[in-house]
Amino acid sequence: MAGGGGDGQLRLLGFWPSPFVHRVSLALHLKGLSYESVEEDLANKSDLLLASNPVHKKIPVLLHGGRPVCESMLIVEYLDDAFPGAGQAVLPADPYDRAVARFWAAYIDTKFFPALIKALMGTTEEEKAAATADTFVALETLEGALAERSGGEGFFAGDAPGFVDVALGGFVGWLSAWDKVTGVKLLDAGRTPLLAAWAERFAALDAAKGAIPDVDRIAEFAKALQARSAAAASS
Amino acid sequence: MAGEKKGLVLLDYWVSPFGQRCRIGLAEKGLEYEYSEQELLGDRSELLLRSNPVHKAVPVLLHDGRPVCESLLILHYLDEAFPNSPPLLPADPYARAQARFWAAYSDKVYEVGTRLWKLRGEEQARARDDMVEVLGNLDGELGDKAFFAGEAFGFVDLAVAPFTPWLPSYGRYGGFSVEREWPRLAAWARRCAGRESVAKSLQPPEKVDEYINVLKKHCGIND
Repeated sequence: MAGGGGDGQLRLLGFWPSPFVHRVSLALHLKGLSYESVEEDLANKSDLLLASNPVHKKIPVLLHGGRPVCESMLIVEYLDDAFPGAGQAVLPADPYDRAVARFWAAYIDTKFFPALIKALMGTTEEEKAAATADTFVALETLEGALAERSGGEGFFAGDAPGFVDVALGGFVGWLSAWDKVTGVKLLDAGRTPLLAAWAERFAALDAAKGAIPDVDRIAEFAKALQARSAAAASS
Repeated sequence: MAGEKKGLVLLDYWVSPFGQRCRIGLAEKGLEYEYSEQELLGDRSELLLRSNPVHKAVPVLLHDGRPVCESLLILHYLDEAFPNSPPLLPADPYARAQARFWAAYSDKVYEVGTRLWKLRGEEQARARDDMVEVLGNLDGELGDKAFFAGEAFGFVDLAVAPFTPWLPSYGRYGGFSVEREWPRLAAWARRCAGRESVAKSLQPPEKVDEYINVLKKHCGIND
């Protein structure tokens, strides 16, 4: 997995469609770190997962020498701290730039993701429509952030991808799959041209090819998830 | 930026536990700053709206005019921008990851607590169950240590301490006693309250309770 760097002690407990797991895989690839991938069955969580993340019982969990680190962007920060010489640093060096990068990663988690999940899994059509509108607002806000940070060219971090690119990049598979699942094009060059171009640029990275599963596979998974959710809501 | 105010300014609100985290951090690091009380129930100031256009919330730290938002991010920034002052986060990468995890987790105390005083019936009961889980997890992480960080006050202690004056109110709405259910956590809260940086930053529980009543009126809750 990934490059040959690292100390041979990294295991990633994951679930192949999870965008949060994709974030960690992306960071591992960008830093050229080798790791063992352990696929969890979320309907039947392993003792290892439950012991490693007793508070949230969620993936991803990174085990380093058997010690667990939880929460995707905390794992990414940990990789920078624990492997300072490996590949590229994901966070920038300047304290102010770091604060801004962490801010946008937090925004993606607290504003973008909750809207996205409701747009897919909302119990009523009204709820899904309102959440889709919220998702567009979040994407437009991120479009503004991209314009400010890099003038719209390259990545959020500049010439090379960084922390915010990884935070949003974990979702590129889902964003590309979205219109196959819902008929709505979330990354629309008409609405958010910079983000649409960024997504293509990001998906072309070696790290993305290594970390993001096939878009059609994600679309199938998302359709099944939506169908199960609709069945549960109407029963 | 030309004309921007030099030094540190903290846009904050007297009873905000998130703002208090920053005040404690600044005190622990011995950093001088200007405290700027913001209007949150009425119209927000131009400065706040300009400094945090996305969330329009406090705390915001201005450093030579440049805004840093989100309490835990502000604390990270203070450590990174002022490396010659006492560090808030531990040096070891694994300890840092653990400290970040628990500090972020502790945000739930306020999230769930708000549901506790706002909601009624089944929703309030769910909030109570969630609060019991959160406080139980925090108590478990503290264990028999003097502080979350071990022998000495550290990052997680700093992050959680501002919620302690809210616990008596949450206990009333939720029908539990922190003292009785989680005596180690209660003892830890008293230990933190004795620390100067914390004592100077926190409001007494009675004032917090009064404020919750103000918020209830503001939300149209009359009980």
